[in-house]
Amino acid sequence: MLALRHAAKSFGAVHAVVDGSADLYAGEAHALVGENGAGKSTLVKMLAGVHQPDEGELLIDGRPATLHSPAAARDAGIAVIYQEPTLFPDLTVAENIFMGRQPLRAGRRIDRRLMRAEAAALFERLGVRLDPGRICRGLSIADQQIVEIAKALSLDARVIVMDEPTAALSAAEVARLFEVVRALRAGGAAVLFISHRLEEVFEICQRVTVMRDGRPVLTSGLAGLTADDLVRAMVGRQLAQRAAAGRRQPGEEVLRVDRLTREGVFTDISFRVRTGEIVVLAGLVGSGRSEVARAVFGIDRYDAGSVTLAGQPLRRASPATAMAAGVGYVPEDRRQQGLVMDMSVQQNMALASLDRLRKAGLIRSAAERAFAADWAQRLRLKYGRLTDPVSRLSGGNQQKVVLAKWLGRGPSLLIVDEPTRGIDIATKAEVHALLARLATGGVAILMISSELPEVLQTGDRILVMREGRITAEYSRAEATEEAVMAAATGQLETRAS
Amino acid sequence: MSATVTARREPGGPSANVSSRRLTERVFRIREFGIIAVLVVFVAITMSIQPSFLDEQNIQFLLINTTVFALLALGETIVVVSRNVDLSIGSVLGLSAYLSAGLFGEHHGIPVPVVFLAGLGIGLACGIANGLMVAVGRVPSLVVTLATLYIIRGIDTLIVGGNEVTAQTLPAAFTNIAHASAGGVPYVAIAVAAVIGLGAYYLRAFRSGRELYAIGSNPEAARLAGIGVGRRVFTAFTISGGIAGVAGVLWAAQYQTVDSLAGTGYELTVISAVVVGGVAIFGGSGSAVGAAVGALLLSAINSALNVLGISQLWLEAIAGFLLLVAITLDRVISVKLVAALRRRSSGVGT
Repeated sequence: MLALRHAAKSFGAVHAVVDGSADLYAGEAHALVGENGAGKSTLVKMLAGVHQPDEGELLIDGRPATLHSPAAARDAGIAVIYQEPTLFPDLTVAENIFMGRQPLRAGRRIDRRLMRAEAAALFERLGVRLDPGRICRGLSIADQQIVEIAKALSLDARVIVMDEPTAALSAAEVARLFEVVRALRAGGAAVLFISHRLEEVFEICQRVTVMRDGRPVLTSGLAGLTADDLVRAMVGRQLAQRAAAGRRQPGEEVLRVDRLTREGVFTDISFRVRTGEIVVLAGLVGSGRSEVARAVFGIDRYDAGSVTLAGQPLRRASPATAMAAGVGYVPEDRRQQGLVMDMSVQQNMALASLDRLRKAGLIRSAAERAFAADWAQRLRLKYGRLTDPVSRLSGGNQQKVVLAKWLGRGPSLLIVDEPTRGIDIATKAEVHALLARLATGGVAILMISSELPEVLQTGDRILVMREGRITAEYSRAEATEEAVMAAATGQLETRAS
Repeated sequence: MSATVTARREPGGPSANVSSRRLTERVFRIREFGIIAVLVVFVAITMSIQPSFLDEQNIQFLLINTTVFALLALGETIVVVSRNVDLSIGSVLGLSAYLSAGLFGEHHGIPVPVVFLAGLGIGLACGIANGLMVAVGRVPSLVVTLATLYIIRGIDTLIVGGNEVTAQTLPAAFTNIAHASAGGVPYVAIAVAAVIGLGAYYLRAFRSGRELYAIGSNPEAARLAGIGVGRRVFTAFTISGGIAGVAGVLWAAQYQTVDSLAGTGYELTVISAVVVGGVAIFGGSGSAVGAAVGALLLSAINSALNVLGISQLWLEAIAGFLLLVAITLDRVISVKLVAALRRRSSGVGT
């Protein structure tokens, strides 16, 4: 019914999808799986008309089609249900379903009664109870997805793409969603189902495409495959050579996290980080890794548990205390959280060290410049002038600026969240080497990473999180890509039970 | 677990449907109910202190005073529900009032409807300028209309200079508009009420009207739903400008003396009325009727201060206080509402 052939999409120098191909058939649910960054989301956005492929073609019913916009995709019968539904919270459920296509009566006026009746009929077809007349604010994510599915039905969508629809759902909600998917399939729709939960893939889908590094590496019927086969296909690349770095001897305990819990976000997280050690929090996006880091640094509150730094309990929800105690935090989103994009390179670098660069309350610009020049040289930063806005630097160099900002304070514990996301390979290697050097120099490092090779290459110890809990811990020697992936997708528990 | 799943597949029982319908409808009307209740209580208290508050002359005075504000509130509502704001309406009103009423002095015997059309045209031109900058230029409306507030007032001041339109130049056919009444109710008030009714109906019953709410509720989702966001926002500003232009002509008929200060500061009064009337300042909900009642409430307070012999100096402080109350109520209600809806949807079995 719908086929994507050899589609490619690049963002700048990043090749998100190299050879995206998928065939969808009526009445069939097709799973799309792969690691973070394998190109699944980009492929979805090409089907949704949000991105246009640079190469390749899209066939609908055997005819080539181009989707310029989300509206064009909708008209072609493709409906996309995102992980975070896009609804109008102030409007009623029925209006959300029919926005822009409301049934009309005489004088082009909206026929509210008919609209509600049609919405109710859609819910009946889906076998769910939802009041079409209530506003959408306050609906659970699951119910919001039902509204999106009803919208897709009302459009007579023949292809329904669901991007990780179950990520935020409880088990009962997932069961209901699957009933709906089965009903859609029975009605002749083609479903593209994206999920990290492999057990769901086996439950609901007939075929699967595994993507890795922007390419499909496996397309097959699911019958006869096992979860292990999929995990192997997802990871499958040749194992990256591990840096033969000299073994560091971890020293004293710097950070100790005990039974840290934040309701609904992460539960019972305990670990420690010692001097000269790089501890990696691995897991899928949304597994609660960044949230743990934010709670440790004091950005978010936590409900239970404790954080101890060098034997002293750390006050909760106070980044200033954490900084004073020697913690540095390089956030995940450097453009939004790590840098002030309009400020200069040197101002950004000095931002966390202003108390050391000032005299009588005024910042000495000579000291600031010297400070920045020193760190720029140490990190081999590529820049025009230190007074240029930091937005002019490349992504990798921006990340070096964020690192410099924190290193300038001489932290005893450095938390780095996805330090190499969107950075070219050469700079990536530099960042890895830098982190290793820091660890050798006695800094304790807590790193979050979604890239398996990076996890295995840099981590002395690897903690794997899944759905807010630590599900596995591996030493550097024990860790394999398959083991980490299995713990992150929940295959470990399945096998254990 | 499986029990919940099966329960969900049962067809909705009638009692559950009725109770949920009732809650929803309460929710929809609650904003206007609240403001009307406040108005009634306020009038009752004032009456008990000073019974002459509701005599015929006072009511007439009150209604005439409200017309201009209520009309402006309609235009502002259309803009605000789309998560925008129009700060230029006071200046547009001033310019339109001077230029249109000035026509009587320049062209003797010019028909009154032509003067209204001139005012409408001036307002539309200003609205189109605002709309183009917001929709095409993608400049935040707060900035655009703050700029045009000063620019249009500046143009007005340059044109007017030290002059003014005086009552002597205006024909009786024009000045009577503000005072002619049927059974104590001024014609202007009836006409404005009709226009507001039409506006409210447009926002409620037409696709383009609902799309304004959609845009204000979630602009990104509106784009994904294929709504022409720019076009709708442009139209909203054009309508608001046109309404401010017509309001300017009405203003001139009412006050009969127009100098370069006409309508100064009206934008804030009108936005107060809109917010007090239950229109969410960040768009997505509220009605034109609520906004008009908000305008009526502010005028009633003004008039009550008069009747009770309290200094007019209190007016701004009271209006500000009301605004805070309205916004606080709005917050409390929406938090309670979300909690109630959550509880209910969990009752349905999520």
